Amino acid sequence: MLTIQYVPHSEFLNLDSTSKIKKILGLVKEEKIVMVEGKLKKTEEAELIQRTMEIIDQKFKGIEIASIDPQETNAFKKFLFNMLLGDRTGVTLIGPASVVKSIKKDPNKIQLFTKTGGSKKNKRKTKKKK
Amino acid sequence: MVNVFKRLLGRIFKNLFKKKKHLKIGLYGPPNAGKSTLANRICKDWLGEEMSAVSNIPHETREIEIKEQINLQNDGKELSFSLVDTPGIATKIDYEDFIKKGLKKKEAKQRAKEATKGVIDAIKWLDDMDVVIVILDSTQDPYSQVNITIVGNLQARDIPVLLVGNKVDLKRSNLKKIEAAFPQYDIVGISAQYGNNIDKFYDALISTANA
Repeated sequence: MLTIQYVPHSEFLNLDSTSKIKKILGLVKEEKIVMVEGKLKKTEEAELIQRTMEIIDQKFKGIEIASIDPQETNAFKKFLFNMLLGDRTGVTLIGPASVVKSIKKDPNKIQLFTKTGGSKKNKRKTKKKK
Repeated sequence: MVNVFKRLLGRIFKNLFKKKKHLKIGLYGPPNAGKSTLANRICKDWLGEEMSAVSNIPHETREIEIKEQINLQNDGKELSFSLVDTPGIATKIDYEDFIKKGLKKKEAKQRAKEATKGVIDAIKWLDDMDVVIVILDSTQDPYSQVNITIVGNLQARDIPVLLVGNKVDLKRSNLKKIEAAFPQYDIVGISAQYGNNIDKFYDALISTANA
């Protein structure tokens, strides 16, 4: 069974980067797809990759991750969004590589493809349109 | 505001001493984008010898490799640097993928173990770089999170970046897609294997390093 767990921004409010990453990886190791409100800092993404590499073994093969941000071309509005909302804008999807085949992304949508025993017919697709 | 001031101060300080120091230029990117092929091209062009082993099996480079004292001269301009070839950065490594590429189980497991350590080392080394060449495979989807994470981390660390789209000799190559994904950068399209557009790449590298 495929489980998607939504993590609101409020759950991360009082956590430092290390705790945040520990929480995400804990959920992913339970074979859940995690949907985080907002996006991680770039340095946190790098740390997430490092921590992932440390725990890879024969069972846990790593993660798939993608985040998407609202496309705001107006520089002032973008600045205002960042000032008011910070990392809360957008959404980040993180899933175990054993479950998630790939996450395809373009500026306006994310498509998450899961593995279902190699059968193309049963391939599930989750689409998020902005 | 404090960050902006810090960055400004850092840049001024960096520029004051830039001319005196020997630059460390890193090659970063996802596995099989052509980092080692480009490292070999640069070393062959300016030192007359190759630097790294290359292979079609991902994660051929699993340790940081450094070539000291490369003196590049192009169009009357010069650049002296050490070249650092890094393992490809990935979010997943499955030893079974290496078995599918023809490795034996034991070799595949060892390669996977070394590859995970290589990714950790590559990220750790980011802070030591003065300039980074990010190499993307122009036949692949540029929107992968690994590409975005690498470029974002370089921006966050205020490290000058030269973005290169490799494998332009292939029919499936699509530089426009990379340009759309990273509109804030001038993308240089090259073929590291055949040397297409390599003079333009050297020119861009000197400009990026001296910016």
